[in-house]
Amino acid sequence: MAGVDVAGTAAAVDTPASTAGGPKRRRLRHTVRRKQAAFRVIVVTVLMAFFLIPLISLLDFSTRLRNNSRSGAAWSKVISIASATDASSQKVWQGLVNSFILVGLTVAIMLVLLVPTMTWIRLRLPRLRRVMEFVCLLPLTIPAIVLVVGLAPIYRQIASLLSTSPIWLCFAYAVLVLPFAYRALDAGLEAIDVKTMAEAARSLGSSWVGVIWRIVLPNIRTAVTSACFISLALVLGEYTVASLLSRTNLQTAIFIVSQDDPRFADALALVAMAIGFLLLFALSFFGSGRKARKV
Amino acid sequence: MLVLPTLPFFLYVALFLLLPTVIVVVNAFQTKEGSFTLSNLALLGTPNVRSATFWTLGLSAISAVSGAVFGALLAYALATANPRGMLRRTIVAACSVLAQFGGVMLAFAFIATIGSTGSITTVIKSWTGVKIDTAWLYDFNGLLMVYAYFQIPLMVIVFLPALDGIRPQWREATETLGGSTWTYWSKVAGPILAPAFISSTLLLFANAFSAYATAAALITQENPLLALQIRGFISGEVVQDTTHSAQVVALLMVVIVTVVMVLYARLQRRASKWLG
Repeated sequence: MAGVDVAGTAAAVDTPASTAGGPKRRRLRHTVRRKQAAFRVIVVTVLMAFFLIPLISLLDFSTRLRNNSRSGAAWSKVISIASATDASSQKVWQGLVNSFILVGLTVAIMLVLLVPTMTWIRLRLPRLRRVMEFVCLLPLTIPAIVLVVGLAPIYRQIASLLSTSPIWLCFAYAVLVLPFAYRALDAGLEAIDVKTMAEAARSLGSSWVGVIWRIVLPNIRTAVTSACFISLALVLGEYTVASLLSRTNLQTAIFIVSQDDPRFADALALVAMAIGFLLLFALSFFGSGRKARKV
Repeated sequence: MLVLPTLPFFLYVALFLLLPTVIVVVNAFQTKEGSFTLSNLALLGTPNVRSATFWTLGLSAISAVSGAVFGALLAYALATANPRGMLRRTIVAACSVLAQFGGVMLAFAFIATIGSTGSITTVIKSWTGVKIDTAWLYDFNGLLMVYAYFQIPLMVIVFLPALDGIRPQWREATETLGGSTWTYWSKVAGPILAPAFISSTLLLFANAFSAYATAAALITQENPLLALQIRGFISGEVVQDTTHSAQVVALLMVVIVTVVMVLYARLQRRASKWLG
């Protein structure tokens, strides 16, 4: 049922049977199309209401006081979040800073681990490709909540070796983004002729680091961007690992704040969702976005 | 020597993905002193964990099936729309975003909607004077509704490619041979789409089964789901966790999700036979 428009042209071009069907068949086709259009309107409207009402409610709730009067206090707190001195603003600001540091570190680990390894395996060890794919997709079958249970003792070691700082969550986050980043980068590498490019660069005297940095990376820019975007969205939205390992990031901070100041938390939630939405929305128009999501 | 450059990657994955998994599996069969035992598994028979298992399975199953049905309807509505039109592009993009939204914020959004002072609750009260009961939001049905918020979009994303793979010629062929719309759906499109539909439903099941953040933010007092049971064990509500309870529940979750994902992968291969 890939689009009635397509059906129309396809019928005209290569299936004379349906055009020869006469006016009766054409009328049937017309009713089908009108039914589909009505169906489309109903389904889309109902579901959009389901998806929009909670978001509108966040806005409504964050500005409504107990006596049903309106107040923008929660929103002015959101706007002045960087400079405010009250405990809840500072907590959220700290979480936000931590989360952004985590995004940077996670993206760095992800790219350093994946790009050279994936390139090398494509060039020299094609037999390992299935193994690497399997390993990278593994986090999809191991829920984060389960991973946390196994990570707890490892993070106790990290705490004594490094520190209890939340930034070390980046090690766990790099694992969580693995499936999505792998898919995005794999699609990028699939689209270029890595082998020829690498051979050309090598025969002109480039080092392997040069091949990765100057040849491969620039050629899979779009894939790298979408891998970064998806990592960004995942890390900014991560709650499970941080909360169970008692580290502060954006989500755990907002959750704690929601206990005493639900309006502020709801305003923040709406902003966070809007930013996440814009990021991923931008990503989905990159082209490889859907491939990266398809599980 | 050729393997050398891939070592950093495999070492990293071994340390932060395989080691935690191995720790979970091994600890589940260990006493606190480190010797092998099967007695930890007795936990799975205790009333709390048993009811959490049924809750989680039930919630995952119902939310997967309902998410799959509504998601498939939306996907079909999109498949019949102009493939390059704004409606379809926007909704597909929105779905790819919403499918990721199973976080704490989602719980806030629904509390703001139908919590005790939520928008809908308030509107109904000011119109009819009746204060509706909102406790169900923090219960099974509440979770079902909240989970639909990310299950339906996920279904759209995984099922739309299958619908796009259906050729209009198949319908024309059915009509030419005298088949009705019913014949087309029950004898042609239905059987072709079935493996894709079932495999997508399995994916939604695994998705709901593994979800934690939304439920954790919504239900803070009790632990009616397996994922929440783990929270209870980790955060030390049970003071003396001498039997590696968190690991046992975690193991149960891994086993179930793995079975579902293996079935998913098999059906997915089957589905691509016609719709590749």
